[in-house]
Amino acid sequence: MKCLDRKFRLFFMPCFFGVFLSVFISGCGSRDNIGANPRENAVKPVITVWHWMSDRENALLELAKRYESEKGVRVNFELYAPSDMYAQKVRAAAQTNTLPDIFGILGEKRDFASFVNAGYVYDLTEEMDKDGGAWKGQLFEKAISVNEFGEGNDFNVKPGIYGVPIDVTNIQMLYNRDLLRSAGLDPENPPKTFLEWIEANRKLKEKNIQGLAGGWGETWMIDCLASNYAFNIMGKDKVLDTIRGVVPYTDPDWIKVFGLFKQMADEGMLAGGVVTMVNKTAEQLFANGKAAFALNGSWCVNVYRGMNPDLNYGVILPPKASDSYPMAIWGGAGSSFMVNKRSGNADEAIRFLKWLTGAQQQIYLAKETQNLPSNRYSLKEIPMVLSQFADDMDNVTRPSFWGASEFPVVTEALGKGIQSIIIGEKSPEQLADELQALKDREMARKGRSPVT
Amino acid sequence: MKARDIFKNYLFILPAVAIFSVFYIYPFFKVFALSLCQWDGIAQFDFAKSFIWFRNFSELFRDRIWWQAMLQAGYITLIALTFQNALALTLALACDRDIKGGNIYRVIFYLPPVLSEIVVGLVWRWIYDGNYGLLNYWLQNIGLSRLVTDWLSNPNTALTCVAIIHCWKGFGWGFIIFLAGLQTIPRQLYEVARVDGASSWQLFKNVTMPLMVPVFILVSILTILGTMQVFVLILSMTNGGPGYHTEVPVTRILASMVGSSRFGYACSQGIVFGAILLVISFMQIRLSKYMRQA
Repeated sequence: MKCLDRKFRLFFMPCFFGVFLSVFISGCGSRDNIGANPRENAVKPVITVWHWMSDRENALLELAKRYESEKGVRVNFELYAPSDMYAQKVRAAAQTNTLPDIFGILGEKRDFASFVNAGYVYDLTEEMDKDGGAWKGQLFEKAISVNEFGEGNDFNVKPGIYGVPIDVTNIQMLYNRDLLRSAGLDPENPPKTFLEWIEANRKLKEKNIQGLAGGWGETWMIDCLASNYAFNIMGKDKVLDTIRGVVPYTDPDWIKVFGLFKQMADEGMLAGGVVTMVNKTAEQLFANGKAAFALNGSWCVNVYRGMNPDLNYGVILPPKASDSYPMAIWGGAGSSFMVNKRSGNADEAIRFLKWLTGAQQQIYLAKETQNLPSNRYSLKEIPMVLSQFADDMDNVTRPSFWGASEFPVVTEALGKGIQSIIIGEKSPEQLADELQALKDREMARKGRSPVT
Repeated sequence: MKARDIFKNYLFILPAVAIFSVFYIYPFFKVFALSLCQWDGIAQFDFAKSFIWFRNFSELFRDRIWWQAMLQAGYITLIALTFQNALALTLALACDRDIKGGNIYRVIFYLPPVLSEIVVGLVWRWIYDGNYGLLNYWLQNIGLSRLVTDWLSNPNTALTCVAIIHCWKGFGWGFIIFLAGLQTIPRQLYEVARVDGASSWQLFKNVTMPLMVPVFILVSILTILGTMQVFVLILSMTNGGPGYHTEVPVTRILASMVGSSRFGYACSQGIVFGAILLVISFMQIRLSKYMRQA
């Protein structure tokens, strides 16, 4: 027995350790990319796609089936949700060189730029321009812009198109027709200016109806409305000059923008708890008739259909606060896919994306998921509310179009600062001073001269 | 000892050393190296190109929001150390007696810690909700309408609300450890003291308390380490808001890493945070030794 025990220790333990070590070392090795085995691909190409869109999973799987039966190429859609986890997975895969053939990048434009500069993303410009720009021509221009880097962009990316939009989106104001009617307002004539909006809210308050619900616990949604009003009050050039550090946040126009939020809070125009509200809660409030207005993206059509199919609502641009410039709304590509530059299946992946953004596939996607299609020729069969969203695609803007992006800490401080204004903790002037101090610090850190 | 035996001994500890080195020592040095760099987490990491000395650390020491988050975590920890542990000890003392259905109580008190933190956060978020919330509904029904508020959006109540839920979620751990500690105290000591005419308070003060000192220290260390790293509850209940009122160190690290793509800075935050927790743990261990000697 003792002898057996000794043999076991002398033989099996080193064996066990050897197996462990070899598994570990082989696990640490990097692959050129998933599905890039040339011999296997020569027989039957398999395209691997990573995505985060749990609501579109079934539709995408169905389209993969159709593609395989039409072209004989298998497409593996791999879902990784929630989106935070997905974003981390893509970053980790980039570090280990294990990105799939097709993937999406979630994050700011500078993150996208980092992926491009690191050589992970295929430049699709040539493919888009082929045959007189046939592929590019069928997609919404604004949706392509999200994936495009222009000449002289701040990110030092070679100009070109690096992604394919599979749907488009924009974020607008929604109003509950029934609630407006019950407060004595005309649902066919919703507020168009900020003053009209204040008046409408006073009437709603008299009937104990809450005003605007939004997921402002997620600061990007505050940033979205603040940008809308910044564009409306001072125009695109001045907003961009602020980002570039030419115009300070202490400029009176910015104080006016922050002042609008103070006015919203003072007038009781916001739903209770809006500053920590997640968008799902805001959607529930609006869908259940507990709030008359909501700020939400075109994806909400599908959400509201699930929450309350009888919800009677319309879509408007946020009521403008100034006549100086047109109201801008955030939008562009809802979801985009990128082709892995290091993939052995890059050509096959591009062929698949061309097929996926074709009119028939886009009509199917829009019908199944209630998202706006990225193909401009697929708008015929979409619901009325969705077409209202589509009507305002010309007003769309987004930080990723601008070729310059604000320092993330400043963006975060802006969102958090507006939360502080709403809870009465800060004044617009205080927020402006704080933002500018932060901006100066960040510019100094980057070796750029501060404005003030 | 023969050389062969020495070799054999080293061979046996090799797997453990390898695992420890790969999963603990290497990541630690990697994080430290990253903390000296400016890197976005996407581009291929090049130490020489991204090396910026201790600039991340010097920025961190001037980062007002970071220290505010640290103070807020300290506030939650203080509440957990006092109220959570007092509750855990009280319930442990109650369950230590021969009461009817004692095991049922033990199971009930241990339920919150085994629940998913994200689920607890979402459920309590709903209870605290200013529009639909049960808490406001109850307050209105019992005639306390003046107390109705948006609990999680009010800067005066948000952090305390989160702290209360953290205590509710965590007291079960303390309860189990306290109960185990109480059950190791020999019953004879109580009997002898009772024969000598000791009151319940005297029994607690002179028998229970001194013998429970090591347990108190253990529970305090676990409470501090666990509470300072509170994260999921915050994320699911307030996401750090309103403003920065419920931010804690881990949410700041996440904001630097994911929100700002500043991996280097996030690593320096992690190093400083780890060092602070280490210092606190050492202080407690020293305190524990001192109290044992006393």
